[in-house]
This record gives sequence, structure tokens and C-alpha cells, in this order.
Amino acid sequence: MNHSELFIVLIAMIGGAIRVSTPFMFVALGETLTEKSGRINLGLEGNLVLGAMVAYAGSYTTGSAWLGVLMAGCSGLVLGAMHGYICKLPKVNDIAVGIAFMSFGTGLAFFFGKPYIQPLAPKLQAIPLGFWSSDPNIAQALQVNPLFFVGIALAIFMWWALANTRWGLIVRMTGDSAASARAMGVSVDLVRLLATAVGGFMAGVGGAFLSLYYPGSWNEGLSSGQGLMAVALVIFARWDPIKCVYAALLFGAAGALGPSLQSIGISQGYYFFNAAPYILTLFIMIASARSKSAAREVPGELSLAK
Amino acid sequence: MSVMASSAPAASRGLNPRAVRMIEAILIPIGALVVSALLFSIFLILLGKSPAQFFNLIWVGGFGSAFSIQNTLQRSAPLILTGLAFAIPARIGLTLLGAEGALVLGGFTAAAIAIPLVTGGWPAFIGLPIMAATAMATGAAWIGIAGWLRHYRGVNETISSLLLGYIAIAIMNFFVEGALRDPGSANKPSTMPIGDAYRVGPIPGTSVHWGLAAGIILAVLLYILMTRTTFGFAARMTGGNVRAAQAQGLPVGFLVVACCAIAGACAGLAGFYEVAAVHGQANASLVAGYGFTGILVAFLARQNPLAVVPVAIMFGALAAAGGLVQRRMGMPDATVLVLQGIIFVVLLVSETFYGRIPFLQPKTGERT
Repeated sequence: MNHSELFIVLIAMIGGAIRVSTPFMFVALGETLTEKSGRINLGLEGNLVLGAMVAYAGSYTTGSAWLGVLMAGCSGLVLGAMHGYICKLPKVNDIAVGIAFMSFGTGLAFFFGKPYIQPLAPKLQAIPLGFWSSDPNIAQALQVNPLFFVGIALAIFMWWALANTRWGLIVRMTGDSAASARAMGVSVDLVRLLATAVGGFMAGVGGAFLSLYYPGSWNEGLSSGQGLMAVALVIFARWDPIKCVYAALLFGAAGALGPSLQSIGISQGYYFFNAAPYILTLFIMIASARSKSAAREVPGELSLAK
Repeated sequence: MSVMASSAPAASRGLNPRAVRMIEAILIPIGALVVSALLFSIFLILLGKSPAQFFNLIWVGGFGSAFSIQNTLQRSAPLILTGLAFAIPARIGLTLLGAEGALVLGGFTAAAIAIPLVTGGWPAFIGLPIMAATAMATGAAWIGIAGWLRHYRGVNETISSLLLGYIAIAIMNFFVEGALRDPGSANKPSTMPIGDAYRVGPIPGTSVHWGLAAGIILAVLLYILMTRTTFGFAARMTGGNVRAAQAQGLPVGFLVVACCAIAGACAGLAGFYEVAAVHGQANASLVAGYGFTGILVAFLARQNPLAVVPVAIMFGALAAAGGLVQRRMGMPDATVLVLQGIIFVVLLVSETFYGRIPFLQPKTGERT
């Protein structure tokens, strides 16, 4: 591998990180909000897949990709609200409910998505930020989707709002100690219901990115565990929205490794490199579990922490 | 004291707590199934389809003829094994979703080890046990990793086992598309076929493969292990309260890893039968979702190894009838997935009713 090839791989990985990271980012931010309120939603993979299908169908029927994004968010909102409502019942395990919603959301998406596998729906348009360069590789890598910037703005807003607003304080208090939240007259179940529903909305939007931009079509193999990896990523990001963005970019780069190497003709071990994000997630989980800083920052009510 | 006070009136009404628990464990899942069927009927009516026709087709496709019964049993064999793979670790308090990966990797290693055995001319009665043992050992190691990480590193086992599943599929693809690819498999990359001599035949008089018998035998053995032995008692105690188990000096780490290894061996064995009895080689057909349906099977069976068998047969019937529903009603194959998803959600909601069904509860004093 000479210098120019290394350059192409690096540029492709940066471009890939920007492209691939967006769904991770939305799911991770949604999960962060939910977990900050003291509940874990493992079912965001289902929201992601259903969101991808609804976005594609919505964009196809209405002709507007952004309406599709909104509809995807709403489908995620409904799934999240159902999850939030069920988990407030006594004796119900939130991890198991998450698994159920993973299969329920995926099943619904596959059922209603059948007619939309063939037709072409309007896609989200990218912003060509690489216009200044004559190098096609750079121009290609810097085709950035507006949802990427929406995600970053959302992360900054969440970071600010969790730290500085009354709502942020209520969410954090509910997550750290349900008893004190109750003592303050806060309805713990309501806060968690809303946090799970809004988190579900974000995951749905992440799904819209998958079907409307990259890879950019609806099929049943669209998501391969991104929703699930994003949940693991939240632990790694220590429930901090800004760190979620960094972590998502890292995962995006890992996911782009296989395709980037293929672009310069290294296709041997393609399937192995495709496993890179999963292996990376696993190692990050091993490294970050039981660390002292994680133990300090985990929301106290989280079943993951007990 | 409070236990005495609450159990005495119940006993006087002829209901001991053990019987109440058993009645609940049967009534509540059946109730959940009925509610799921109603919800799914509403779903069908909204789509303009007939629920009566749907459930009739499920019955006909699952149990209507000798052929469909055998088809059902054939499909339930891997579900029994993957159901056990979820149920055993659940008894020790783990939510492990690694059966899919262990099944795929077990099936793949069985097919891989068959290549030198077949070319070396070893007879099947030596080769098949080696294949089965390899599949079980691989599965055991694969899920064992998740258990080990859980106990010794504090890594969440639900997420790690799912990730290991994706890695397992990637490993199989890596070899199947590369070093171990059968040049003859053009459209669907596969390993070399294991050959007719190495195929596991059907149970005599049926077309059902031996995986069904293996699943039922394992279910009985694991039921005995979990309810009648010291190992099972220690495992269930650990599942109830890890700290109390540790304080009692139980080898918690060993128990956790052992339960995971048993689970992995079950799923790996399912992979072996998929290769040796169904497909004849390892390829993407192994990734059929048996591991995930197994989770639902185990939940509905309330993690009881014996109950896994009938529940698996029920879901086997659902899978067997899927094609018929697809053809006769013009509905996509994902219909079964929607029904399973509804059952899963309703089933978990039903968990909230344990200990809260009014007529089963002892009257506690005069307070109402």
C-alpha cells in the first residue's frame, strides 16, 4: 500500500465515518435520553428498522423525503411510548420488553415493507461540502447529509438541556433516584414514558437515514444490528450526548473499513472487516465495564447498573 | 410470621402456594396467547383478511395431515434446542441471546470438520459423533465467552451475546466465501457437501430427523439437572440472589459459565442437525432466526425445560403453516413475524399478573 492508496483509504474512512455514523448517532442520543431517565430500551433496533421502512414508504407516497423522516420519527415515537407504558407495569422486565419490541418492530417493518422493496422513493439530498477540491475522492467523501448536522445540533442541545434546564434536571433526577423524584412530586412513570417515547422518535429518524440516504433503499437486510450497537455505544460514551457523537464517528469509521479497503482493491477478508464494528463494540464493552468512572456516571436507577 | 398469616387462609381454601404458582404458570401464558390471537385478528380485519381463515390455515398447515405434522416436528426440533439455550441461562439470571450465533457457528464447524473426515474415508459412525461433538463444543465455547465476560468482567451479557452472534455469522461468511468454499456453489456460497454417507437419516417410519429426539431427551435431562440436582439448586439460587449465593460459598463463576456452556452446546447441536440432516452443508440458510424464535419459546415456557417441548412444537406449526398462509391468503412471509412479535409483547405484559389474580390470592385478614 503506497502513500496515495493510504490517502484514498483514509479519505474513504473519514467520508464513511460521516455517512455511517448518523444512524448510530440518532439511536445513541435517543438511548441516552431514555437511560438518563433510568430505563433501558434494548428495542431501538426495532425502531430503527421500522423507521427505515416507514420513511421509505412515506417518501414514496408523499414525494417528500423530509415528510418520510417525520413519519419515521412518529413510528418510533409510538413504539417507544408502548415500551415506556409496558415497562411501568409492575414485575415487567425492561430488557425483555426491549427484546420483544425488537422482534415486533422488525416484524411490522418486514410485513408492511414488502411492496416498497422495488419502487424508487425520493432521497434526502446531500450538501456537497467538498466543492473546493478537484480531487474526486475528497468531493465524494464530503457529501454530507443534512441529518448529520441535525444530529450534532441535537447532541449539543441535549448536552446543554440536560445540564441547564428544569426538564433536564427532572430527567436526571428520575434516573438517579426515583425516590427523590417522587419526593419532589415528579411522576417517575410519566417522565420515563416521555423519555422513552422521545428516544424512540430519535431512533426512528436514524432509521430514515438508512433508507433515504445511505445505503439509500429499503430492504430487509438494511440494518445489521446498528440499533443494538448504539445501545452499547451509550455505555462507552458514559451517557454524555457529546461523547455519543465521537463514539458514533468512531463506529462509523470502523464500519467503513471494509468498503474503503475494497475501494483500492483489497477485498480479501472483506467479511472479516465487516465484523470490525461488532468486535470493536465488544472490546469497548470489555474495557469500559467495571471501570470506576463508568460506575460513577451511570444513572443510579438503571437495571444495567445493578 | 407474615408468611404464616397469608398462607394459612389459602390452605383452608384448599389452595397451597405451590399449586397457585402452577395454575398461574399455565393460565397466564394461555391467557396471553388468547389475547394475542384476538389482537392479531383485529390486525387481520383491519387489513381486510379473515381471521377464521388464517387460524384454520395454521391448523391445517401445522397439524392437518401426516405430512404437515412431520413438517411441524421437523421445524420444532431446532426450536426445542434454541429454547433450551435461552431457558437454562435464564434460570441463573442471565438474558442470553446468543443461540443464533452458537447455532450458526456450531453448524459451520461441524460442516468444516466433516471435510477431512469425508476425504479421509472415515465411516459415518465415527465421523458423525465427531461432528456433533465439535458443534456442541464450539457452541459451548461461544456462549461460554458471554457468560465468562458477564461474571468476571461485568460485561452486559444480553448485548455481548447478540454481538457475538453477528461475529459468528461474519466468521462463517469469511470462510464460506473464501478458504472453504465449494467451487460448485455459485449462487449461494457453501462449504463442501458432507455427502450422503454422512447425512443423518430420519427417525424410522417418519420423515422427521433425529434432532427432534435429541431435543426431547435433552429437555428431560436438563429438567432433571435443574430441578433434582445440587447443581440445579445452586444455579437457581444464584439466579434468585447472586450475593446470597456468593455468601453461601457457591462457585458462582463456575455455575454461570457452566449454564452458558450447556446453552451453547444445545444451540450448537441444533446447528449440527441443520447441517447433517437438513442442508447437507453450511451456508447462509443456517441464519434462519431459530435462535430468536427460541427466545420466545423459552419465555412462553417460563424457562421450564419440559414446557419448552410443546411450546416449540406450537411455533414449529406456525412456521410450517407460514407457506400455506402466504399462498392461500396472499400475505407476506413476515406475517408469522408480526404474530410472534405480538405474542412476545403480550406475553411480557402478562408477567404483571403473577401473584395478582384476585380469585387465586389468599384472603389476607379483614383488610381489603
